[in-house]
Amino acid sequence: MIAIVDYGVGNLFSLTSSLRYLGLEAEVTGDAARLRAAERIILPGVGAFGDARQKLEDTGLVPVLLEEAEKKPFLGICLGMQLLFERSLEYGDHPGLGLIPGRVIDLRSALKDKSLKVPHMGWNSLQVKRDDPIFRYFRDGEYVYYVHSFFAADCAESTLATSGYGNVSVTGVVRRGNVWGTQFHPEKSGDAGLRLLKAFGEL
Amino acid sequence: MLAKRIIPCLDVKNGRVVKGTNFEGLRDMADPVEMARFYNESGADELVFYDITASVEGRTLFTDILRRVAGEIFIPLTVGGGIGSLEDFDRVLKCGADKVSVNSGAIRNPGLIAEAARKYGDQCVVLSMDVKRVDGQFRLFAKGGREDTGIDAMEWAVQGVKNGAGEIVLNSIDTDGVKGGFDLEMLDALASRVDVPIIASGGAGKLEDFAELFTHPGIDAGLAASIFHTRQVGIRDLKQYLRAQGVEMRL
Repeated sequence: MIAIVDYGVGNLFSLTSSLRYLGLEAEVTGDAARLRAAERIILPGVGAFGDARQKLEDTGLVPVLLEEAEKKPFLGICLGMQLLFERSLEYGDHPGLGLIPGRVIDLRSALKDKSLKVPHMGWNSLQVKRDDPIFRYFRDGEYVYYVHSFFAADCAESTLATSGYGNVSVTGVVRRGNVWGTQFHPEKSGDAGLRLLKAFGEL
Repeated sequence: MLAKRIIPCLDVKNGRVVKGTNFEGLRDMADPVEMARFYNESGADELVFYDITASVEGRTLFTDILRRVAGEIFIPLTVGGGIGSLEDFDRVLKCGADKVSVNSGAIRNPGLIAEAARKYGDQCVVLSMDVKRVDGQFRLFAKGGREDTGIDAMEWAVQGVKNGAGEIVLNSIDTDGVKGGFDLEMLDALASRVDVPIIASGGAGKLEDFAELFTHPGIDAGLAASIFHTRQVGIRDLKQYLRAQGVEMRL
């Protein structure tokens, strides 16, 4: 069973549907025992970092997530991926879960071409920099769907794939040990995204 | 870089897809779930559903359809039509919509965009505008293009973005249904005023219309209905053609 962490952030309809479509058992839960019992965990998220971090803190699940991330495949999606890092500079300076070294910074100020739109929203080609089992069914260069205004930086060691946006190499997929993260939404990235989730389901 | 997006739009009434010309004379076309599947397989980058049903029964039918589409099609879904409150946002988001498009609802309730953006994020709120030239001005129309609001459309867009709209669908009533090409003059006027993604709507008749549209760098996506529904233009053919023309496309 894949546990999708329920902490009151974001719309989980597509994520749940996509996993079920793939024949993977999925359960949205905020229950520590269910997270411990799960074979895999997905940390979703949309919205602002500070708010999501607070909501996650309020569930009391953080110690459980940190423990379980050592033991089983763990995937953070979009803001859920950003939460994996040490800190985020989105409207302040917020501590993350610290599972992956790096920080989350403002895309707008990193872009030299000020005519580029932020949020970085739409389909961008994902370039695989380092092969990994998560790409088992994925073809280098396929398009994935992004919606975000901040991105992970100073995380070269854990970066598996990136997408170019102006001068910025947007961190697309990261991994450290059992923990993976995707900045884009695999559950909204058509067939290519489904194949990434399928691979995660087999890790 | 981001690919330009090709978006088929499905107007749904009483559970069926319909599309009129200049908003008049709707005619029945097909089953929305079947069509969504077809477009997904053809490589559509996003789907837009407009619920043009007025009745409560029709609305329930629509959310059922939406749930079925969202349960098997995993590309972004935008839903509009009759969105006038946060409850409406909530209803369609729970059925699998990713973005919600507001039109007349934002005119009736000017606080709606800001409230929705605060609750669901800017990326979730799409401002859809029906615009027509009146007395040398781009004028905002309401009620499916039937009512002149007297509001300057460009000012309305600027205000909408300030309130948190994350994207704009600009539908030109002047070119809608005519199939003579997008309203590039109107689109450029909008692109010079806002910095959120712009989806062009109204006027697409052939492949070349999209190629011309994307020579305007401020435009992010092209939306059309009847030319796709009648298969006059195939989405995959269109995207291959555009890529050959040098437009970045997801294929």
